[in-house]
This record gives sequence, structure tokens and C-alpha cells, in this order.
Amino acid sequence: MDTTVHLPGLTLKNPIIPASGTFGYGLEFARYGDLRRLGAICVKGLSLKPREGNPMPRIAETPCGMLNSIGLQNVGVDVFLQKKLPFLPPEVPIIANLYAQSPEEFAELAGILGAKERIAALEVNVSCPNVRLGGVQFGQDPEALHTVTRAVVAAAQGKPVIVKLSPNVTDITAMARAAEAAGATMLSLINTLTGMAVDIRTRAPRLATGTGGLSGPAIKPVALRMVHAVCRAVSIPVIGMGGIVSAEDVLEFILVGASAVQVGTASFMRPDRVFSLVDEVQALAEDLGISAWEEFRGTLKETPR
Amino acid sequence: MNTIQLTIQAVTPGPDPSIVDLALAPAPWKPKPGQFVMLRPANFGQELTWGRPFSIYRCDEAGLRVVFQVIGRGTERLAALRPGDAVTVWGPLGRGFQTKPETPTLFLAGGIGLAAFGLFAEEPFRLPHAQLLFGHRLPLTAYPIYHEMAQRIPCEAMRQTSSADIEAFSEELSRRIKALGPEGLVLCCGPTPMLRAVARLCLEHGVPGQVSLENRMGCGVGVCLGCVATTASGERVQTCVHGPVFDVRALTWD
Repeated sequence: MDTTVHLPGLTLKNPIIPASGTFGYGLEFARYGDLRRLGAICVKGLSLKPREGNPMPRIAETPCGMLNSIGLQNVGVDVFLQKKLPFLPPEVPIIANLYAQSPEEFAELAGILGAKERIAALEVNVSCPNVRLGGVQFGQDPEALHTVTRAVVAAAQGKPVIVKLSPNVTDITAMARAAEAAGATMLSLINTLTGMAVDIRTRAPRLATGTGGLSGPAIKPVALRMVHAVCRAVSIPVIGMGGIVSAEDVLEFILVGASAVQVGTASFMRPDRVFSLVDEVQALAEDLGISAWEEFRGTLKETPR
Repeated sequence: MNTIQLTIQAVTPGPDPSIVDLALAPAPWKPKPGQFVMLRPANFGQELTWGRPFSIYRCDEAGLRVVFQVIGRGTERLAALRPGDAVTVWGPLGRGFQTKPETPTLFLAGGIGLAAFGLFAEEPFRLPHAQLLFGHRLPLTAYPIYHEMAQRIPCEAMRQTSSADIEAFSEELSRRIKALGPEGLVLCCGPTPMLRAVARLCLEHGVPGQVSLENRMGCGVGVCLGCVATTASGERVQTCVHGPVFDVRALTWD
């Protein structure tokens, strides 16, 4: 089959995109697979200045998943542009994930990254649960989300703008509609679910920040439900994510309406996972008799069979 | 690429069943002492998210060997493996120990950290002027690899079962590091309190030292940012790719 995914202003060879924060700046994985085979690469969230992130410990393994509270440690946009981006293979689209603490900062960052020919799209992180300022504070209020989205879209130099939504809201479709109304080109969801792990022997939380973001197979049913709901609520394309580890998982997200997917924690389970998924997804789709994604996408029936 | 599937050749619990020697099929690698591998056996399923990092005790035509202590659900499942079971392995990972053949070198091992020195018992890594001091809590017989290593490296062991023993071990560490002096080199792998004590002694006596950190790891490849250590300049760096072995002067010990 032809696995190509046509998104507004962005064409992917296949629907598999490593998710931000789980794939470094891409180069780390060059020894585990051919980066050029991926649909796109979504790099670690970038801020205007480097960030050291949160204190340790920052990760805790939980059943079928993990909690993290990294706090957006990153090298900053300048180092990324000078020392990382030039070394990524030109054949793979690069999606820059943006983190800022004000609409003005978001616009500045979008202007810098949007002007780079090698950046195919911008993903706006308004859903990180692990930072005090910015992050999810813009993703839990439709008005704030609208403001940030508009600011990024206006500064993005025509590049597609993907707004990454938080599941830590009462009604994710309200947030989706706010982003769409503000001019978002696409949506991606879900970011991590806020969670907690504690140690009864030390009587202390397992993460230095107390709470963190839950990811991995444990969150997949929640993610699927939200992607399904958002796909019905908006008319812009949706990139689904949340606990995807297998080809079946990928097709489930496409079935409920996602145009492409991001794969995150699965890369921690083994570093070559996104690469093997590219082949496995194609093989599974062909087994199911799918010849183009549009035949299958969003064709979920109303009732169980 | 660098993620391979290896079958288990043998799972050998020691006289104390919490210490397990895992022999896997040969890996096509030439690791250096102090480097590690991530193991993910099929029996982790989806329930366990991360692979588990282990020092490479041996890696040659006979196979890849790691020796570990059962401390949680990952190591419990590894200990439950049987010959023929499949394990996904990625490596060799990280930066190992930096040594010079002519330098008098003191290996300081604490508990299962002993396994990190295994490759120094093999060519081409044997050091003519090396000695090993092993601090352990379980009886020495619980560590069959100690006896294996002692045939190739001059080894001494001190057991700690009381706070007086720990005090005596600390004094011995201090005496040895001081006696080694600035022309020597200390390499340490063990529990974090031991690493701290050794780092402090190396800095105090001006003795070059390297420690292998034990930070919990998620991915092992530098991207989850869960294992970071703080450098002397305040930067947070991934233990899995910038370490696990660090020069004691490169880190902050506050």
C-alpha cells in the first residue's frame, strides 16, 4: 500500500512520528535505525534559553507505564539550530516542539523556528504538567489557549502549527475547538496524564516534584477515547498519541480518526521500536486489505459487532 | 543495528539466590570496562516499561555475562528466565573507565558493583599494577565472581555486617587512597554512599578518581533525561551517555 499521509503543508512517508521528549533531538537514535524512514521526527521541547529541568528523581516506573517530571530540560533553541538540526538527514521532516512562558515568548520562538527551511512544522506545547509557568496553564483555559495559538500561528512564517493538547481538562473537545478557532493547522493529543507514585517505606513521593505525567500503555484507552471525541469535534487533522507500542495500536488510533500518530514511551521500552513499527504498520494494514489510509481512517462503527 | 536479540544460555543463582549470574549468547561487541547493556526479556511484556541496565561482566566468544542482585520486579523477572528465553539487548552503552597500563590502579568495589570490574580480568584490559578491594555485606561465598576475578587480579575483601565494620571499611578506604597518592588512580563502583565517600577521599588527597554512578535509568540512550547527574559546573547530564563513569572532579557531591 501507499503509506503516505497528506497533512496540510506536511507530507509524511508513513504515519509514524516519534513523540517529543522521547526521541531526544533525533541524532541519539541514528545508531538504532534509519531516521530517514520515519514519517517525521518531533524533537524535544525547545525553549528560547536552555533549561536544566526539575530536581531528581524525575522518573518512576508504574504498571504498564511510567511517570516523568523532567521539567523540559533542553539545550535551548540556539544550540538546537547550530549543533543538532544541521546533522539530521534532510529526507525526514522535522517538527519543532515549542515551550515558552508567555504568548510573546511563544511568538518569538515560533518566528525563529518557523524561518528555518529545515523545520517542517511547529508543535506548541501547552500541555506539559511538569513546569510551574507556561505549559499546561495555557492548555487548560480555552481563552489562554486561543491567545497562544494565535500568537504562534501569526509568527510561524506559514509553517503548519500543531497544538498539543493536555488530557488534564474537563472537556478536551472545548480545548480542541479553541485551538481550531485560533487557526491551528492540526492538533496532537494526548500529552501525559497527571499522576503520582509514593513509597510507603520512606513515606515520600517517588518524584521530587510530587506529581508527574503518566505515559505508556496504561493511558492508551484514555487517549483513544479523547482522540475519538476530538476527531468528531473539529475538522482539522488530528495526530493521535498515548501508549502506542504496537502496529495494532497505531491502526486503532487511525480507525477512530487520527491522520498520523506519535510514538513516545515505546522508544524507552526498546530504542529501535519506532523503526520496526514503520514496517509492522504497513504489513498489518496490507493484511487488513487497506490500500490507502483514507479508506480506513475514522471508519469506526457506532456499535460493537 | 545495536539492538539485538540474544538467547539465555544459563541462569545461575549463587549460594545466596539473590545474586544471579546471567549468561547470554555471544554479542558482536567489543565493550570497554565500565560500559553497560540494557536488557529487556520477553517476560517483561507491557507491564515493565524500561529495560534494565547492567555492567558487562564478560563479553567474548563464550557469551555475554551480567551478574546482578535481585532487588525489584525487573531483576525478579530476569532471575526467572530459563535457557532458550529471548532477551532484547542494546549496547554497549556509556563511557567506561579511562585507565593507563603503567598507572597503579585501585579498584574499589561495593557489593554487586564488583561486576563492573569483570572485564579488567580479561585481555586486553588487564592492568599490571592493579589491586581490588571488595566491600560486601553478604558472605563472600555469595559472590562466585569474586573468586573468578581473584585468579587474575590481586583481590582483598572486607565484610560489613555492623556499623563498626562500615567504620573500619571507611578507614581502610581512606588509608588506601591516601597511600596510593596523586600518581595512582582509583576506580569505584558500588552503592551511592560508598561512591560519595570515595569521591570525597580522592578529592581530599588529590588522587585521580573515577566513579560509576548507579542512577535509575529509563531508556539507557540519553533521551528520557531520567538519570541525570549534576556536574561541577551545575549542568545536568545524562548518566547513561555522559557516564556511567565520571571523573570525581566532574561532578558536584553536595
